[in-house]
Amino acid sequence: MTATPAPAAGTDRPLLAVEEVWKRYGDHHVLRGVSLDVAPGEVLCLLGPSGSGKSTLLRCVNRLERIQRGSIRVDGELVGYREQDGRLVERDEADIARHRALTGMVFQHFNLFPHMTVLENLTEAPRRVAGMPAAEAAALAGELLGRVGLADRAHAYPRQLSGGQQQRVAIARALAMRPRLMLFDEPTSALDPELVGDVLRVMRDLAAEGMTMLVVTHEMSFARDVADRLVFMDGGRVLEAGPPARMMADPEHPRTREFLARFR
Amino acid sequence: MAPHTRSGPAAAELPAATGAGGGRELPAEPPRWHAILAVRPSGLPLTVVVLVLAAMGAHLLVTAPSIQWHVVAHYFTSSEVLDGLVRTIELTVLAMAIGVGLGAVLAVMRMARNPVLSGSAGLYIWFFRGAPLLVQILFWFNLASFIPRLSLGVPFGPSFTSWDTNHLVTPFVAAVLGLGLNEAAYMSEIVRAGILSVDAGQGEAAAALGMKRGHVMRRIVLPQAMRVIVPPTGNQMIGMLKSSSLVSVTSMPELLYSVQLVYSRTFQTIPLLVVATLWYLLMTTVLSWGQYYVERHFGRGSARELPPTPLRRTLDRIGAALARLERATARAGLDKHTGEAA
Ligand SMILES: Nc1ncnc2c1ncn2[C@@H]1O[C@H](COP(=O)(O)OP(=O)(O)O)[C@@H](O)[C@H]1O
Ligand SMILES: [Mg+2]
Repeated sequence: MTATPAPAAGTDRPLLAVEEVWKRYGDHHVLRGVSLDVAPGEVLCLLGPSGSGKSTLLRCVNRLERIQRGSIRVDGELVGYREQDGRLVERDEADIARHRALTGMVFQHFNLFPHMTVLENLTEAPRRVAGMPAAEAAALAGELLGRVGLADRAHAYPRQLSGGQQQRVAIARALAMRPRLMLFDEPTSALDPELVGDVLRVMRDLAAEGMTMLVVTHEMSFARDVADRLVFMDGGRVLEAGPPARMMADPEHPRTREFLARFR
Repeated sequence: MAPHTRSGPAAAELPAATGAGGGRELPAEPPRWHAILAVRPSGLPLTVVVLVLAAMGAHLLVTAPSIQWHVVAHYFTSSEVLDGLVRTIELTVLAMAIGVGLGAVLAVMRMARNPVLSGSAGLYIWFFRGAPLLVQILFWFNLASFIPRLSLGVPFGPSFTSWDTNHLVTPFVAAVLGLGLNEAAYMSEIVRAGILSVDAGQGEAAAALGMKRGHVMRRIVLPQAMRVIVPPTGNQMIGMLKSSSLVSVTSMPELLYSVQLVYSRTFQTIPLLVVATLWYLLMTTVLSWGQYYVERHFGRGSARELPPTPLRRTLDRIGAALARLERATARAGLDKHTGEAA
C-alpha cells in the first residue's frame, strides 16, 4: 500500500449512475433491476446475447424510453424527473431535450438525415438547438469531420457515402453537441467487415481523449483493448462486471462463459 | 419503352466490328425504320393501329365544322373567358392552400396520442370525405339560411360582434370553403402517409440530439415525407382545378360558367367547350411541369444523381432517335460496299 491516496479516483461521483432500473413493455419485463455506474472518462462495454436488454438500457439513459422503477442519473441529475420536496416530478419536454443534447448517441443503422448534406447533418443541432452562430457551427463541423477522417466529404449526401463513412459522420454529429457521455449501440454491426476498422479507430481515439463511453458491441478485440470494464447482461439483468482481462480469461458466471466461448 | 435506350445524343456507339477484346461479336442492330423509332417488330401492328386512330382523330378535330376553330380562337383570349380563368386559378390556389395547411394539421392531430385530438380529426375526415363535394358546396353557399348571423364572443356566452352571414360568406368564400375543407380531408391522409413513410430512427436520432418534437417534425420528418406527399398532391391539385368547375352550380363565373354564359347567348356550344377544355389542359400541363421541379427539390439526397429535367429528357430522346437514324443510314451505306469499309 502506498501512503499517497489515488488522485480523486475514489471521491469521483459516477457520470452515469443506473440504479435498480425496471422496464417492461406490457407484460414483458425487459430490464429487471439493472444497476451500473460509469465513472468520468471511463469506457464501459456492455456485452450480452441478443434480446438481453442492452439497447433498451441505452435508450432509457437518453429517455427515448420511460422506466417503471429505479433511477438513472447523469452527472448527478435525475433523467426524466425532478426532485421537488422529496417527490418526483416529471420533467417537461425542454428539460428532457436539454439532457439529451448532452448525451450523444450513435445507432446501429447510423440514422443520418438523408435530405441534408454531411455538413448540414453536423450543424443542424448546434445551430438550432444550442443556438450556435452558423460560421462557428460550420467551423466546428469541419474540425470534427477532420477528426473522423472525412474532411473532404462535407458536401456529400449520406447516401453517397459507404456505411463506414456514414457511421463516422454519425459519431461526428453526436460530438458536435459536445456531449459529456457517449452511448454507442452496436455501431459496427451493420457494416461490412472491411469497414469496421475505421469506425473502431475513431472510437479508440475518442476513448484516448478521455470521453466517457457506454458501448454495446460484439467486437471483442475492442472490448478487450479499449474498455476499462466489461458488463455482461442476460435476461434483463447484469450478471457480471469486471476488468476485461479478468472477465475474458476467467468469467465467473456460467452464462458469461457460455457467451464468451462463442467468440473464441 | 425503347429496347435500346441511350443516355444521350452524345453517347458514343461501340464500333460495330472491334473484336479487339477477343469476345464474341454481338449481332448489330438491324438497320430498319422500326429500329429508328425504337419500336420492337412485335409491337408493329398495334403501333400502326394507334397511329391510324390518332390520324383520324386529328383529322376530325381539324375539319369538323361544329368546332369552328375561328370561334375558338376568338373567344380563347376574350375578357369574359380570361376573367373566368383567373377566378378558377384563384379558387384552386386558395382551396389547395386550405387543403394542404389544414390537412397537415389534421394529419398530426390524427396521429396524436390524445384521443380527443385523434378522434376529432377522424370525425372530420369521415364527414368531409364522405359527403358529396357538390352537396358541401351547396351547403356553404346556402349557409345563411342555416345560420343567418355569425358572431364572435365567448362560447355559450355573450357575443362581442356579429355579422350577417351572407355579408361574410360571399359566394366566392363559400366556394373556397366548400372546396378547401373537402380537400383537407383528403390531404390529411396523404400527409399522414408521408409522415408514416419516414423511418422511426430519424425521429429518434433527432430527439437524441436534443431537438424538440416541433423541430423534429418541421426540419427532419416533413422534408423527408415530402417525397411521398408531393406526387399525390400534384394529382389532387389537378383534380381541384377541374372540380372547381362544380361551383358553376352556384353561378360563380369561373372558367366553365363563363363559357356557359357566352354560349347561352351565342349558341356556339362546342367551340366554347373547346375553349374551356384547352385552358384546363394548358393549366394541368403547367402544373405537371411545376410538380416535376418540386419533386426534384425534395428528392435531393435520395439518389446519387438528380434526374434530368423534362426538357433535357425530350431533347435526349430526339437526339437518340437522330443518332439511330444516322447509324442506320451509315450502315446501309456500309452494306453496299462491304469490302471497302475499314
Ligand atoms: N418497443 C418494444 N416493444 C416491445 N418489446 C420490445 C420493444 N423494444 C424491445 N423489446 C423487447 O425487449 C427485449 C430486449 O430488447 P433489446 O433491448 O433490443 O435487446 P438487445 O439490444 O440486448 O438485443 C427483446 O425481447 C425485445 O423483443
Ligand atoms: Mg440491440
